Amino acid sequence: MTPQNIKEKSYDLIIIGAGPAGMSAATTAATKGLSVAILDEQTSPGGQIYRAIKYSPLNNPKILGKDYYTGKDLLQPFEKSQVSYFSNSVVWSIDEKNQVAFSYHGKSQLFRAKKILIASGAIERPVPFPGWTLPGVMTCGAAQILLKTSGLTPKTPLVLAGSGPLMLLIAVQLMKAGVTISAILDTTPKGQLWRALPHFANALKNLPLLYKGMGLLWTLKKSGIRFIKHVKELKAIEGIDGQLTGVIASTKNAMVQLDCQSLLVHQGVVPNVQLSRALGLDHKWNNLQVCWKPVVDAWGESSRKDIFIAGDGSGIAGAIAAKWQGKLSALKIAQQVKNLGDGEVESEVKQANKSLNKQQAIRPFLDQLYQPAQTFLTPPDDTIVCRCEEVSAGEIRQIAKQGCKGPNQAKAFCRAGMGPCQGRLCGLTVSNLIAQTNQVSQEQVGYYHIRMPIKPLTINELADLSD
Amino acid sequence: MPTDSRFNRQPIRESEAIQVSINGKKVMVQPNDSVAAAILLSGVDVNRKTPVSGKKRAPYCMMGVCFDCLVRVNGEENIQGCMVKVEANMDIQTQDGTRQAIK
Amino acid sequence: MYLSENQQSSNICVIGGGIVGLAISLGLLRHGHKVTLLDESDDAFRASRGNFGLVWVQGKGDTQPQYASITRQSASLWKPFASLLQEETGIDIQLEQKGGLYLCLSEQELQARQTMLTKMKQAANHDYPFSTLDLQQVREFFPEAGPEVVGATWCPEDGHLNPLLYLRSMTELFLKRGGKLAHQGRVVNITKQSTDFILTTEKNTTFHCEKVVLTAGLGNKTLAPMVGLNAPVQPNRGQVLVSERVKHFINYPTGHVRQTGEGSVQIGDSKEDVGFNQGTTLEVMAQIASRARKMFPILKDVQLIRAWGALRIMTPDGYPIYEQSESHPGAYLVTCHSGVTLGAFHEGPLADWISNDKFNPAWEVFHANRFSL
Repeated sequence: MTPQNIKEKSYDLIIIGAGPAGMSAATTAATKGLSVAILDEQTSPGGQIYRAIKYSPLNNPKILGKDYYTGKDLLQPFEKSQVSYFSNSVVWSIDEKNQVAFSYHGKSQLFRAKKILIASGAIERPVPFPGWTLPGVMTCGAAQILLKTSGLTPKTPLVLAGSGPLMLLIAVQLMKAGVTISAILDTTPKGQLWRALPHFANALKNLPLLYKGMGLLWTLKKSGIRFIKHVKELKAIEGIDGQLTGVIASTKNAMVQLDCQSLLVHQGVVPNVQLSRALGLDHKWNNLQVCWKPVVDAWGESSRKDIFIAGDGSGIAGAIAAKWQGKLSALKIAQQVKNLGDGEVESEVKQANKSLNKQQAIRPFLDQLYQPAQTFLTPPDDTIVCRCEEVSAGEIRQIAKQGCKGPNQAKAFCRAGMGPCQGRLCGLTVSNLIAQTNQVSQEQVGYYHIRMPIKPLTINELADLSD
Repeated sequence: MPTDSRFNRQPIRESEAIQVSINGKKVMVQPNDSVAAAILLSGVDVNRKTPVSGKKRAPYCMMGVCFDCLVRVNGEENIQGCMVKVEANMDIQTQDGTRQAIK
Repeated sequence: MYLSENQQSSNICVIGGGIVGLAISLGLLRHGHKVTLLDESDDAFRASRGNFGLVWVQGKGDTQPQYASITRQSASLWKPFASLLQEETGIDIQLEQKGGLYLCLSEQELQARQTMLTKMKQAANHDYPFSTLDLQQVREFFPEAGPEVVGATWCPEDGHLNPLLYLRSMTELFLKRGGKLAHQGRVVNITKQSTDFILTTEKNTTFHCEKVVLTAGLGNKTLAPMVGLNAPVQPNRGQVLVSERVKHFINYPTGHVRQTGEGSVQIGDSKEDVGFNQGTTLEVMAQIASRARKMFPILKDVQLIRAWGALRIMTPDGYPIYEQSESHPGAYLVTCHSGVTLGAFHEGPLADWISNDKFNPAWEVFHANRFSL
């Protein structure tokens, strides 16, 4: 890895994001002799899963657990490679000629590449419920980032609410850090395990992950933390100071009210499609993961030639899968750029595919098991759906009833998706609400038109490109 | 039940602390802290009031997605606090409503 | 009349649910007609969603006095129309008509505008209010105007509104007044059987009506020949940038920059012939930003959060087509690229014409036969 100095403007390969997929692809491509630049929004490599892996400040490695520190195995070869790594580089546009525009310390730079690999990973699925905008409510992922980067643990009393492996993981991590958790409100719907069982045989192909999951559940059970199952609805309570003071959880037969100053929420993760959408790539709705995925082939190549997507950005499969996907994309790209014969990459491809298949085998089981409850897909009317423009679910439903067929008309009518987050936190919900109200599929409803710039940038930055 | 009124720092390998100003108050933080983390650590729970309704907000995602951690950094408004690292003598201020265009 | 599930009868069908079709539909409902508005899908080319929002008078119709005349007529009808929308739907479309400026960044540009507007004033028997301002005078309107601004032309009849709230309020009023919104896909065929038009959509639904109004924007090109009309329209792309919300500091609209009621600054507008491409391009966006920064240097640190390209509906001379078919009486063509400015005119006099067939002879200049001459 060579330090940031912006001279080279043209590369064989530009990678966006330095998580497991990005790092592994970069290292692989560089080994094959490609000139590679990696543009990373973060201040150091690792992505979200291995966030701050380079300097991880926590004294006690048991808090985050050994899986986190395996990120170092990716980091070391990456740092030794000939890859040009650019931190704090926020990509805001890619055009038809593969010209990549990004913000770098307040100035925009333009790079060009023969091939582009999008490795911008996942975002946490938005978890809309009444009160989710209150200070004190934060995602499980956010709490984990604070723990990894700064060693911070949230205020107490603390309640966790949601569903999915990440919630269980952060619960155990916080527990190991000595934080008292008042309760875990599990929103996984009843009967999910039954529905997931047909996928169990395949899941057995990835025993280490199954063991890890069971281990988390066991640790939590043993800890005696109050664990409320099958929570159907959540409501965060606002105090007189306009901040979180508690949470109400409803199950089929009961309603529980808990005091808390921190509420960590989670409903799984979904591909970050902002860039792939803005590029106009083909996307397909995935019923099992309840989200959109860009269409890619076995190598990660998208519907547009020369643009590849690897890692969770092409469909959620986890960090280890991302590593192998990144490798496969890089091998294909190297083949295309360097005109390598199949034989020259065959053994590496074989190994990567074998490992990848093992990782992917468990997904249908996990996806079904932790499919979000309906209330977080189509929340009650009094829920803010668009956090930026403060548009409620009720307003979206009303607009849909007035003949609005899709999210773009809805956006025009009520400004949902027009704020600085550019629809990242409301896109899925708005489409779901329209689909629900008009009784059609998400596929028919479609998604927001996303356009460059995909991150806010100042007039100065943009204007300077013209002067 | 023990309660913490603010975000707590676990035992860490400390680097040399740097001083920043949060709403005029001097605070010592670690160089790897993000602006958003520094604010939470200092006990300030709310980093902005929205331009739409004036409601209070705090960081939600910590990874650059939600834009709820917007703050004023060295006079510049609507900066994503979670995406910027602290720097020595940084002037960090919470925001109230719509920003202003400044010369 | 017999009505099956797939066959619906209506007095007038309007094809195209943008701001032009809606305004005309509202006017027709006012006359007591039964109106069905046929609208396309969510991701159709929709000029109405990409509109800049100007209610603009100055310079419009510099080569066609009749266009200048309907533009001013529309501007004068806007206030009552906006009030009606607010009273009936509760939606304030943020109409403001207290004048607008066209900022110029060079002497030549300013000179050319002054010459153009002077000619228009002569053509209008001196009834055409405008004035030319130097930088100092511009700064009485905009203390933040940059030093590169040479001057501006000012017209007290210019204004702006929020085009999206306009679209929404018309949709709500249309439904409130009993209009029927049909989403059966694009209209693919129009035939005439005795006194009735029969419209067929791509979903194979048919609609029967006595009159049909084509307000389908770029879609009019293929629809018009089905009823003996000609609509030689072409797409012309405009890119627009929108900033985060900022405390108000631009209190009058300009031809390129305006601040919306919410506080976002809207910056446009390019004119590009790029076919059916709604995308944005770096080069043009950078030019737009650079020009805006020259006009208002204070914008420098303001963040852009959205951009879009939208397709204008341009005839060869840029003026509208308003015409009833001679071979298919009862079929009307309405197309223009100033759906906002002309909105009040469309809801008023133009809808009156479609309702009662009293065509104002002065509008004959808007017949499409001007293109074949």
